[in-house]
Amino acid sequence: MDFIFGHYNYWIVIILMMAGFYTVISRGNLIKKITGLNIFQTSVFLLYISIGNVEGGTTPIIAEGVEQYSNPLPHVLILTAIVVGVATTALGLALVVRIREEYGTIEEEDIHKQDESL
Amino acid sequence: MIETHTSLLLVVIPLLAAPVTAILPNGRLPWLLTLAVSWLCFVLAIWQFMQVMDGSVISYELGGWEPPWGIEYRIDIVNAFVALIVAGMAAVTLPYALLSVEQEIPKDRISLFYATLLLCLDGLLGIAMTGDVFNLFVFLEISSLSSYTLISMGRQRKALTASYQYLIMGTIGATFLLIGIGLIYSETGSLNMVDLNNRLPAVFEHRTVHTAFAFIVVGVGLKLAMFPLHLWLPNAYTYAPSAVTVFLAATATKVAVYVMLRMVFNVFSTGFAYVTPTDDMFLLLGVFGVVFASISAIGQKDAKRLLAYSSVAQIGYILLGIGFASALGLTAAVVHIFNHALMKAALFMAVGALVYRIGSSHITQIRGLGRQMPWTFGALVIAGLSLIGVPGTAGFISKWYLVLAAIEQQAWVIAIVILAGSLLAVIYIWKLVEALFFQPAIDDTKSVREAPLSLLVPTWILVLANIYFGLNTELTVNAATIAVQVLENIPQ
Repeated sequence: MDFIFGHYNYWIVIILMMAGFYTVISRGNLIKKITGLNIFQTSVFLLYISIGNVEGGTTPIIAEGVEQYSNPLPHVLILTAIVVGVATTALGLALVVRIREEYGTIEEEDIHKQDESL
Repeated sequence: MIETHTSLLLVVIPLLAAPVTAILPNGRLPWLLTLAVSWLCFVLAIWQFMQVMDGSVISYELGGWEPPWGIEYRIDIVNAFVALIVAGMAAVTLPYALLSVEQEIPKDRISLFYATLLLCLDGLLGIAMTGDVFNLFVFLEISSLSSYTLISMGRQRKALTASYQYLIMGTIGATFLLIGIGLIYSETGSLNMVDLNNRLPAVFEHRTVHTAFAFIVVGVGLKLAMFPLHLWLPNAYTYAPSAVTVFLAATATKVAVYVMLRMVFNVFSTGFAYVTPTDDMFLLLGVFGVVFASISAIGQKDAKRLLAYSSVAQIGYILLGIGFASALGLTAAVVHIFNHALMKAALFMAVGALVYRIGSSHITQIRGLGRQMPWTFGALVIAGLSLIGVPGTAGFISKWYLVLAAIEQQAWVIAIVILAGSLLAVIYIWKLVEALFFQPAIDDTKSVREAPLSLLVPTWILVLANIYFGLNTELTVNAATIAVQVLENIPQ
């Protein structure tokens, strides 16, 4: 039991990761795919933040009477990864806009049909 | 003074030049700046390569922070070799890009196009330079995001869907890599490659490390278009603007192969790949990649798409070299990284020249053009021979080492697959030759002129390089041999 509840944040990570990954694979709507990708990436952010947590540690700001700090490095790393994620989402959405301008649809199947009919 | 800064300059110069290029007025100025930057990078990369040719290592501490706390750029011969390929290909591609890009990219986007190209170059050089795994992820994303943008600039609307598809798969790959990096960080508390190499053996039995390894191999595998994770590649290469296809085909997958080598052999140390079934997996996927992609290439109706599938097959050869898990196999893989960059860039340049003249690379459209564009056709034939692996060309050298490695391991089936792959290459290259030379032109009355010199000269430079490195193997094989010693951690 302790194994299940003691690692609850990791379970959330796994659930989010699989939900996002499944959405990317299963959905035909291009926006939904990007959303899935976002959830997938977010789960990794949570993973990093969980890794950085030290049991009994506080926020890594020097204060009197505190000796245990959480590891701030994974948090900083994930800031970078969040920026990358935002850039990816922005580029992905921009592409969807352009695809809609050219094809008039954002459903994968319709796009395939249009490409094949040429 | 400047010697120690070369590695950093290679990353900083393109990075600073990119925004400058973006604000320059559209016209030839952005191209000129990009050309100057790429040639400068090439000179620096050659210089850097000469310095580490003897097996020495240059270490650069960013911001003066000592590794493993700070980011370290650690240049040994493997880094320098990859940086040389990337910078060299950029230097050859840019003269070619001028006319091709003017024709394919809308006038109001030319400066943005070159800015993105510079960012892509920067990302690829950064991956080659860095000695920090998280920094590597960031550079990987810089190069990936810019290559999605570059691909989406193709003329046909399919370029957009190709780019979108690549974005989805590429991001999944990069996120997998990120998960893997996070897991090894949680095990060791370090991100520095050398430091990781020292710390990881102590925790090899932990399941976290195994999981991390799996995530990293699959993530990087997506990036290098390892069969069956190659689905993004054919579309991306087919619909991207010609100059982008040339550049990406010659560098992007090669840099990803380098990441794979670095991760598997240096970060996780050689032993790990051999204990886990990774080396067998590489062999299996390599064999399937060579056979399946070569057969797919034969069935293609578009010259660019045909060559793209052939790229997947060539990645298969490189994987075979890695999978042999022997010094000879790795040498073959490293040599093939270099040689494949040369031949595939030359082939895509020749096809790009056809596209420049007739606006299509479809096999029915290019019929009979070989007689009207003899120089382009000649380049295509010689580079094609190199792809097949005819003696006297660069392709022969890598195939030769690969077959030797297979025989050394007594892997007869794989040796046969390598030879069969060459035969399949004969078929698909012949398909191009037949269409170009032996079939009548669609419209006999319309004469097509030979491609302009600025397209032909870079193409022929690469074609001649293919012959030169096929005859003089000293540079490539020596560099590869030393590189393999570095990868296998053999003390100099």
